[in-house]
Amino acid sequence: MKAPNFSLNSTPDQKVSLKDFRGQPVILAFYPADWSPVCTDQLSLYAEVMPEFKKFNAELLAISVDNIWSHLAFAKDRKLNFPVLADFEPKGDVSRKYGAFKEKIGESARALFVIDDHGIVRWSHLSPDGVNPGAEGILSALDQLNKPKA
Amino acid sequence: MSVYRTMATTTTTRHSRRTSKTLLEPTGKEEETYEAPRLVVPVDPSRDHVQGDPKAMLTLVEYGDYQCPFCGAAYPEVKKVQKELGTKLRFVFRNFPLTNVHEFAMAAAETAEAASAQKKFWEMHDFLYEHQRTLGDDRVALGYAKKLGLDTQRFEREISQHAYQKRIKDDFMGGVKSGVNGTPTFYVNGVRHDGPAESEAIIKSLKTKS
Repeated sequence: MKAPNFSLNSTPDQKVSLKDFRGQPVILAFYPADWSPVCTDQLSLYAEVMPEFKKFNAELLAISVDNIWSHLAFAKDRKLNFPVLADFEPKGDVSRKYGAFKEKIGESARALFVIDDHGIVRWSHLSPDGVNPGAEGILSALDQLNKPKA
Repeated sequence: MSVYRTMATTTTTRHSRRTSKTLLEPTGKEEETYEAPRLVVPVDPSRDHVQGDPKAMLTLVEYGDYQCPFCGAAYPEVKKVQKELGTKLRFVFRNFPLTNVHEFAMAAAETAEAASAQKKFWEMHDFLYEHQRTLGDDRVALGYAKKLGLDTQRFEREISQHAYQKRIKDDFMGGVKSGVNGTPTFYVNGVRHDGPAESEAIIKSLKTKS
Protein backbone atom coordinates (compact mmCIF):
# COMPACT_ATOMS: atom_id res chain seq x y z
CA MET A 1 0.00 0.00 0.00
CA LYS A 2 1.53 3.27 -1.05
CA ALA A 3 1.54 5.81 1.76
CA PRO A 4 -0.38 8.97 0.77
CA ASN A 5 2.04 11.88 0.48
CA PHE A 6 1.49 15.00 2.57
CA SER A 7 3.14 18.28 3.37
CA LEU A 8 2.62 19.77 6.84
CA ASN A 9 4.17 22.54 8.89
CA SER A 10 6.81 21.59 11.41
CA THR A 11 7.52 25.23 12.29
CA PRO A 12 5.60 28.41 11.34
CA ASP A 13 7.62 28.74 8.12
CA GLN A 14 8.82 25.21 7.38
CA LYS A 15 6.99 22.32 5.85
CA VAL A 16 7.88 18.64 5.98
CA SER A 17 6.79 16.29 3.19
CA LEU A 18 6.67 12.54 3.45
CA LYS A 19 8.45 12.20 0.12
CA ASP A 20 11.48 14.06 1.53
CA PHE A 21 12.29 10.85 3.38
CA ARG A 22 12.23 8.47 0.42
CA GLY A 23 15.13 6.07 0.81
CA GLN A 24 14.71 5.59 4.55
CA PRO A 25 11.99 4.11 6.77
CA VAL A 26 9.49 6.56 8.27
CA ILE A 27 7.40 6.07 11.38
CA LEU A 28 4.17 8.09 11.50
CA ALA A 29 2.67 8.53 14.95
CA PHE A 30 -0.78 10.10 14.90
CA TYR A 31 -1.91 11.10 18.38
CA PRO A 32 -4.97 12.87 19.80
CA ALA A 33 -3.59 16.02 21.41
CA ASP A 34 -0.61 17.88 22.80
CA TRP A 35 -0.41 18.26 26.58
CA SER A 36 -1.89 14.94 27.60
CA PRO A 37 -1.97 14.93 31.39
CA VAL A 38 0.59 12.15 31.82
CA CYS A 39 4.18 13.23 32.29
CA THR A 40 5.64 10.27 30.50
CA ASP A 41 3.41 9.97 27.53
CA GLN A 42 3.79 8.17 24.23
CA LEU A 43 5.93 10.84 22.56
CA SER A 44 8.29 11.24 25.52
CA LEU A 45 8.87 7.50 25.31
CA TYR A 46 9.64 7.77 21.59
CA ALA A 47 12.13 10.57 22.28
CA GLU A 48 13.85 8.20 24.69
CA VAL A 49 13.78 5.25 22.26
CA MET A 50 14.97 7.41 19.32
CA PRO A 51 18.51 5.92 19.33
CA GLU A 52 16.92 2.52 18.68
CA PHE A 53 14.83 3.88 15.79
CA LYS A 54 17.98 5.48 14.39
CA LYS A 55 19.67 2.09 14.27
CA PHE A 56 17.21 1.37 11.44
CA ASN A 57 17.92 4.81 9.91
CA ALA A 58 14.24 5.57 10.58
CA GLU A 59 12.71 9.01 10.88
CA LEU A 60 9.77 9.63 13.20
CA LEU A 61 7.05 12.14 12.37
CA ALA A 62 4.40 12.85 15.02
CA ILE A 63 1.11 14.31 13.81
CA SER A 64 -1.90 15.83 15.57
CA VAL A 65 -4.45 18.52 14.77
CA ASP A 66 -3.01 21.00 17.28
CA ASN A 67 -1.63 24.21 15.83
CA ILE A 68 2.04 24.83 15.28
CA TRP A 69 2.50 27.13 18.30
CA SER A 70 1.11 24.51 20.61
CA HIS A 71 3.39 21.94 18.99
CA LEU A 72 6.48 24.10 19.43
CA ALA A 73 5.80 24.67 23.11
CA PHE A 74 4.90 21.02 23.63
CA ALA A 75 8.01 19.72 21.84
CA LYS A 76 10.22 22.06 23.85
CA ASP A 77 8.62 21.10 27.14
CA ARG A 78 8.91 17.36 26.48
CA LYS A 79 12.31 17.69 24.80
CA LEU A 80 11.08 15.89 21.70
CA ASN A 81 13.83 15.16 19.21
CA PHE A 82 11.71 14.64 16.08
CA PRO A 83 9.34 16.80 13.99
CA VAL A 84 5.84 17.34 15.36
CA LEU A 85 3.53 18.21 12.48
CA ALA A 86 0.35 20.27 12.54
CA ASP A 87 -2.56 18.67 10.69
CA PHE A 88 -4.37 21.89 11.37
CA GLU A 89 -5.73 23.32 8.12
CA PRO A 90 -7.79 21.81 6.62
CA LYS A 91 -8.21 20.23 10.01
CA GLY A 92 -7.37 16.54 10.13
CA ASP A 93 -6.92 16.27 6.36
CA VAL A 94 -3.84 14.05 6.52
CA SER A 95 -5.14 12.02 9.46
CA ARG A 96 -8.27 11.36 7.39
CA LYS A 97 -6.22 10.17 4.41
CA TYR A 98 -4.66 7.60 6.70
CA GLY A 99 -8.00 6.61 8.20
CA ALA A 100 -6.77 7.96 11.51
CA PHE A 101 -9.25 10.73 12.22
CA LYS A 102 -12.03 10.54 14.77
CA GLU A 103 -14.82 12.59 13.26
CA LYS A 104 -16.95 12.73 16.39
CA ILE A 105 -14.31 14.28 18.60
CA GLY A 106 -12.29 16.02 15.92
CA GLU A 107 -8.93 14.52 16.90
CA SER A 108 -6.47 12.13 15.33
CA ALA A 109 -6.67 8.56 16.53
CA ARG A 110 -3.66 6.98 18.26
CA ALA A 111 -2.43 5.26 15.12
CA LEU A 112 1.03 4.16 14.06
CA PHE A 113 2.44 3.46 10.60
CA VAL A 114 5.79 2.14 9.50
CA ILE A 115 6.60 3.10 5.92
CA ASP A 116 9.53 1.54 4.10
CA ASP A 117 12.22 3.26 2.04
CA HIS A 118 10.06 2.99 -1.09
CA GLY A 119 7.12 4.79 0.52
CA ILE A 120 5.07 1.63 1.09
CA VAL A 121 3.09 1.15 4.30
CA ARG A 122 4.44 -2.05 5.82
CA TRP A 123 2.79 -2.00 9.26
CA SER A 124 0.09 -0.12 11.06
CA HIS A 125 -1.55 -0.23 14.42
CA LEU A 126 -4.57 1.42 15.93
CA SER A 127 -4.69 1.64 19.72
CA PRO A 128 -7.86 1.43 21.74
CA ASP A 129 -8.81 4.74 23.36
CA GLY A 130 -6.61 5.59 26.28
CA VAL A 131 -4.04 2.88 25.62
CA ASN A 132 -0.54 4.08 24.91
CA PRO A 133 0.87 1.58 22.39
CA GLY A 134 4.51 1.85 23.51
CA ALA A 135 7.37 1.32 21.07
CA GLU A 136 7.63 -2.44 20.78
CA GLY A 137 5.36 -2.74 17.72
CA ILE A 138 7.35 -0.12 15.84
CA LEU A 139 10.67 -1.81 16.62
CA SER A 140 9.37 -5.22 15.52
CA ALA A 141 8.02 -3.70 12.29
CA LEU A 142 11.33 -1.96 11.57
CA ASP A 143 13.12 -5.21 12.23
CA GLN A 144 10.85 -7.00 9.75
CA LEU A 145 11.65 -4.46 7.02
CA ASN A 146 15.13 -5.88 6.75
CA LYS A 147 13.97 -9.43 6.42
CA PRO A 148 13.00 -11.01 3.10
CA LYS A 149 9.27 -11.52 2.67
CA ALA A 150 8.07 -14.98 3.61
CA MET B 1 -10.41 4.07 2.90
CA SER B 2 -10.44 0.99 0.73
CA VAL B 3 -6.72 1.24 0.03
CA TYR B 4 -6.12 -0.10 3.51
CA ARG B 5 -8.28 -3.17 3.27
CA THR B 6 -5.38 -5.49 2.69
CA MET B 7 -3.23 -3.88 5.34
CA ALA B 8 -3.55 -6.77 7.75
CA THR B 9 -1.76 -9.08 5.33
CA THR B 10 1.27 -6.84 5.37
CA THR B 11 1.48 -6.72 9.13
CA THR B 12 3.68 -9.18 10.86
CA THR B 13 4.03 -8.34 14.50
CA ARG B 14 1.92 -9.54 17.35
CA HIS B 15 0.28 -6.14 17.64
CA SER B 16 -1.58 -6.70 14.42
CA ARG B 17 -3.42 -9.69 15.78
CA ARG B 18 -5.17 -7.85 18.49
CA THR B 19 -6.56 -4.98 16.48
CA SER B 20 -9.36 -4.96 13.95
CA LYS B 21 -8.58 -6.79 10.74
CA THR B 22 -8.90 -3.68 8.64
CA LEU B 23 -6.72 -1.67 10.85
CA LEU B 24 -7.77 1.80 9.94
CA GLU B 25 -11.47 1.29 10.00
CA PRO B 26 -12.19 1.38 13.71
CA THR B 27 -14.78 -1.24 14.54
CA GLY B 28 -15.55 0.09 17.97
CA LYS B 29 -14.58 -3.33 19.28
CA GLU B 30 -10.92 -2.56 19.88
CA GLU B 31 -11.48 -2.76 23.63
CA GLU B 32 -12.95 -6.26 23.35
CA THR B 33 -10.18 -7.67 21.20
CA TYR B 34 -7.44 -5.86 23.05
CA GLU B 35 -4.89 -8.02 24.75
CA ALA B 36 -2.36 -6.40 27.07
CA PRO B 37 1.32 -6.98 26.24
CA ARG B 38 3.31 -9.56 28.18
CA LEU B 39 6.61 -9.37 29.94
CA VAL B 40 9.17 -10.81 27.52
CA VAL B 41 12.08 -10.75 29.97
CA PRO B 42 11.27 -13.36 32.65
CA VAL B 43 12.08 -12.60 36.26
CA ASP B 44 15.58 -13.82 37.06
CA PRO B 45 16.34 -13.74 40.79
CA SER B 46 20.06 -13.95 40.07
CA ARG B 47 19.91 -10.64 38.22
CA ASP B 48 16.70 -8.90 39.22
CA HIS B 49 15.99 -6.95 42.39
CA VAL B 50 13.42 -9.17 44.09
CA GLN B 51 11.68 -8.36 47.34
CA GLY B 52 9.74 -11.10 49.11
CA ASP B 53 9.80 -14.85 48.63
CA PRO B 54 11.55 -15.52 45.27
CA LYS B 55 9.21 -18.47 44.79
CA ALA B 56 6.02 -16.64 45.70
CA MET B 57 2.83 -17.42 43.81
CA LEU B 58 2.19 -13.85 42.70
CA THR B 59 4.64 -11.57 40.93
CA LEU B 60 4.50 -7.81 40.56
CA VAL B 61 7.13 -6.22 38.31
CA GLU B 62 7.56 -2.46 38.18
CA TYR B 63 9.45 -0.53 35.53
CA GLY B 64 10.20 2.74 37.28
CA ASP B 65 12.03 6.04 37.14
CA TYR B 66 13.21 7.55 40.44
CA GLN B 67 12.46 11.10 39.32
CA CYS B 68 9.01 10.43 37.89
CA PRO B 69 6.32 11.94 40.14
CA PHE B 70 3.86 9.20 39.16
CA CYS B 71 6.36 6.56 40.33
CA GLY B 72 6.73 8.54 43.53
CA ALA B 73 2.97 8.39 43.96
CA ALA B 74 2.92 4.66 43.18
CA TYR B 75 5.66 3.90 45.74
CA PRO B 76 3.39 3.83 48.82
CA GLU B 77 0.78 1.95 46.79
CA VAL B 78 3.26 -0.86 46.15
CA LYS B 79 4.03 -0.93 49.89
CA LYS B 80 0.31 -1.37 50.57
CA VAL B 81 0.12 -4.22 48.05
CA GLN B 82 3.10 -5.91 49.73
CA LYS B 83 1.59 -5.50 53.18
CA GLU B 84 -1.74 -6.91 52.07
CA LEU B 85 -0.39 -9.93 50.19
CA GLY B 86 2.58 -10.71 52.45
CA THR B 87 4.47 -13.87 51.57
CA LYS B 88 2.21 -14.62 48.59
CA LEU B 89 3.92 -11.84 46.62
CA ARG B 90 7.34 -11.18 45.17
CA PHE B 91 8.00 -7.64 43.97
CA VAL B 92 10.57 -6.89 41.26
CA PHE B 93 11.91 -3.46 40.40
CA ARG B 94 13.52 -2.71 37.03
CA ASN B 95 14.94 0.58 35.79
CA PHE B 96 13.20 2.67 33.17
CA PRO B 97 14.75 6.14 33.43
CA LEU B 98 13.26 8.67 31.00
CA THR B 99 16.41 10.69 30.75
CA ASN B 100 15.13 13.28 28.27
CA VAL B 101 12.49 14.56 30.62
CA HIS B 102 14.09 13.65 33.95
CA GLU B 103 17.65 14.93 34.16
CA PHE B 104 18.46 13.16 37.45
CA ALA B 105 16.80 9.83 36.64
CA MET B 106 19.89 8.06 35.32
CA ALA B 107 22.11 9.19 38.19
CA ALA B 108 19.47 8.08 40.67
CA ALA B 109 19.22 4.66 39.04
CA GLU B 110 23.03 4.39 39.15
CA THR B 111 22.93 5.33 42.83
CA ALA B 112 20.51 2.51 43.63
CA GLU B 113 22.55 0.04 41.59
CA ALA B 114 25.75 1.10 43.34
CA ALA B 115 24.04 0.46 46.67
CA SER B 116 22.86 -2.88 45.29
CA ALA B 117 26.46 -3.88 44.64
CA GLN B 118 26.86 -3.64 48.43
CA LYS B 119 23.60 -5.49 49.15
CA LYS B 120 21.58 -2.40 50.03
CA PHE B 121 19.42 -1.99 46.94
CA TRP B 122 16.01 -1.84 48.60
CA GLU B 123 17.18 0.54 51.31
CA MET B 124 18.43 2.97 48.66
CA HIS B 125 15.45 2.40 46.37
CA ASP B 126 13.10 3.37 49.19
CA PHE B 127 15.25 6.29 50.25
CA LEU B 128 15.31 7.74 46.72
CA TYR B 129 11.53 7.53 46.39
CA GLU B 130 11.10 9.06 49.83
CA HIS B 131 13.47 11.91 48.93
CA GLN B 132 12.54 12.58 45.31
CA ARG B 133 12.87 16.32 45.78
CA THR B 134 16.50 16.06 46.72
CA LEU B 135 17.53 14.23 43.55
CA GLY B 136 20.25 16.24 41.89
CA ASP B 137 22.05 16.87 45.16
CA ASP B 138 24.50 13.94 45.33
CA ARG B 139 25.35 14.66 48.97
CA VAL B 140 21.94 13.50 50.14
CA ALA B 141 22.24 9.94 48.83
CA LEU B 142 25.91 9.87 49.84
CA GLY B 143 24.94 10.79 53.40
CA TYR B 144 22.49 7.92 53.43
CA ALA B 145 25.09 5.55 51.96
CA LYS B 146 27.34 6.44 54.92
CA LYS B 147 24.50 5.81 57.31
CA LEU B 148 23.96 2.40 55.73
CA GLY B 149 27.61 1.62 56.35
CA LEU B 150 28.53 1.35 52.67
CA ASP B 151 32.06 1.66 51.40
CA THR B 152 31.44 5.19 50.15
CA GLN B 153 34.65 5.40 48.16
CA ARG B 154 33.59 2.45 46.09
CA PHE B 155 30.00 3.74 45.96
CA GLU B 156 31.04 7.14 44.61
CA ARG B 157 33.56 5.69 42.20
CA GLU B 158 31.06 3.28 40.66
CA ILE B 159 28.52 6.06 40.17
CA SER B 160 31.01 8.47 38.59
CA GLN B 161 32.36 5.75 36.31
CA HIS B 162 28.83 4.75 35.28
CA ALA B 163 29.61 1.16 36.23
CA TYR B 164 25.94 0.14 36.11
CA GLN B 165 24.71 2.16 33.17
CA LYS B 166 24.73 -0.82 30.83
CA ARG B 167 22.60 -2.82 33.21
CA ILE B 168 20.16 0.08 33.50
CA LYS B 169 19.94 0.42 29.73
CA ASP B 170 19.40 -3.34 29.42
CA ASP B 171 16.50 -3.02 31.86
CA PHE B 172 15.15 -0.16 29.75
CA MET B 173 15.31 -2.01 26.42
CA GLY B 174 13.84 -5.16 27.94
CA GLY B 175 10.99 -2.93 29.13
CA VAL B 176 10.49 -1.38 25.69
CA LYS B 177 10.28 -4.87 24.18
CA SER B 178 7.69 -5.85 26.77
CA GLY B 179 5.54 -2.85 25.91
CA VAL B 180 6.45 -0.48 28.72
CA ASN B 181 4.77 2.73 27.62
CA GLY B 182 5.57 5.16 30.41
CA THR B 183 6.42 5.13 34.07
CA PRO B 184 5.51 3.44 36.21
CA THR B 185 4.48 0.38 34.20
CA PHE B 186 3.48 -2.67 36.20
CA TYR B 187 3.23 -6.30 35.13
CA VAL B 188 1.03 -8.56 37.19
CA ASN B 189 2.01 -12.18 36.82
CA GLY B 190 3.62 -11.33 33.50
CA VAL B 191 0.82 -9.26 31.96
CA ARG B 192 0.90 -5.46 31.67
CA HIS B 193 -1.40 -3.81 34.18
CA ASP B 194 -3.23 -1.10 32.25
CA GLY B 195 -5.37 -0.05 35.21
CA PRO B 196 -4.57 2.63 37.78
CA ALA B 197 -1.30 2.42 39.70
CA GLU B 198 -3.22 2.10 42.96
CA SER B 199 -3.04 -0.68 45.50
CA GLU B 200 -6.65 -1.81 45.17
CA ALA B 201 -6.52 -2.11 41.39
CA ILE B 202 -3.14 -3.86 41.50
CA ILE B 203 -4.26 -6.35 44.17
CA LYS B 204 -7.41 -7.14 42.21
CA SER B 205 -5.39 -7.61 39.08
CA LEU B 206 -2.86 -9.85 40.86
CA LYS B 207 -5.60 -12.05 42.23
CA THR B 208 -7.51 -12.42 38.96
CA LYS B 209 -4.52 -12.95 36.70
CA SER B 210 -2.89 -15.70 38.72
